[in-house]
Amino acid sequence: MNASPAGPDRHEEGTHVLPARVLLGTAGALLALTAVTVVTSRIDLGSFNVVLALSIAGAKAALVAAFFMHLRYERPFQTVVLVSAVFFAVVLVGLVVFDTTRYQPDVREAEAAARSRAAAVPAR
Amino acid sequence: MSAEEIPAAGRSPFLGVQFPSMARQLETAKLGTWLFLGSEVLFFGGLFTAYAVFRANHPDLFHYAHHFLDWRLGALNTTVLIGSSLSAAWAVRAAQRDEQRGLRAALLVTLALAGVFMGVKALEYGHKLHNGIVWGAGYRPSAEILAALPEAARAATPDHVGVFYSIYYLMTGLHGIHVLVGMGLYLWLWRRARAGHFGPGYYVPVDMVALYWHIVDMIWIFLFPLFYLV
Repeated sequence: MNASPAGPDRHEEGTHVLPARVLLGTAGALLALTAVTVVTSRIDLGSFNVVLALSIAGAKAALVAAFFMHLRYERPFQTVVLVSAVFFAVVLVGLVVFDTTRYQPDVREAEAAARSRAAAVPAR
Repeated sequence: MSAEEIPAAGRSPFLGVQFPSMARQLETAKLGTWLFLGSEVLFFGGLFTAYAVFRANHPDLFHYAHHFLDWRLGALNTTVLIGSSLSAAWAVRAAQRDEQRGLRAALLVTLALAGVFMGVKALEYGHKLHNGIVWGAGYRPSAEILAALPEAARAATPDHVGVFYSIYYLMTGLHGIHVLVGMGLYLWLWRRARAGHFGPGYYVPVDMVALYWHIVDMIWIFLFPLFYLV
């Protein structure tokens, strides 16, 4: 990276100080969303409960990153680092879960078949 | 003549020799810290994968095991961590505005709230270990804790509940180690703040430790609903 006018030194004149109401507002929103996630988890929505809880957690994480971690006021590169790490973590979880839900029944079937074959062979 | 003895003509003692300016030093620290935080996300990502695989294959286990987790303590700890993130961000703001008293107070509040979090965690772990709610094959729930279960849960006890607790202790334990590291860092920051090291010209450590602290908070934001609620 070279020191273009929009480069690393553009904060030279002063740093971005977050206004108190932004910090307090972020904390308030996080507490409110915590209450929402507790309340909604008491309602039985079947498998949608997990989706909803993770969506609320994702929204809370985005608030923390944007304001407390001041990504909203930084050059985009720091956001790229975080988003790409989260992306690859999600790819990891997603592919592995896809794989296990697709093939685990086959594995169990094969294990059961192997057990019944072993039981059929008389012990020497 | 060592580097420290070179007369610092307008050069801050906290500016590394390799940096042309304080601003460049801050930007470099941010980049390095964010790369570290990216690796932390992937580090915990592996454990979230283990959680997802076991949950996908044994949903009954997860529904059963979370009867032993008290969501009120989880919610209390979530609130405590959000408060500590607020004070961590406040410390950065105070350093940028040269409010020395506010900075020291915010650092101490962050440290204290981290201590409260670990105290609640110690209560939870202590109660579980006392009642045989242990990881893996060591899982032997006491009669007392089983009696407290709802009727429906007692009727259908799944096998391998210890596996759930292996994941629980590993994920919350690793998170707890991160909180302990954060407490050490906040103690260090507070001592440096008392020595008057930080101000608008130099607040890199306050800002970078806060970034680390926020990611620890962020991970708990996911752990809380996944273990205590759903």
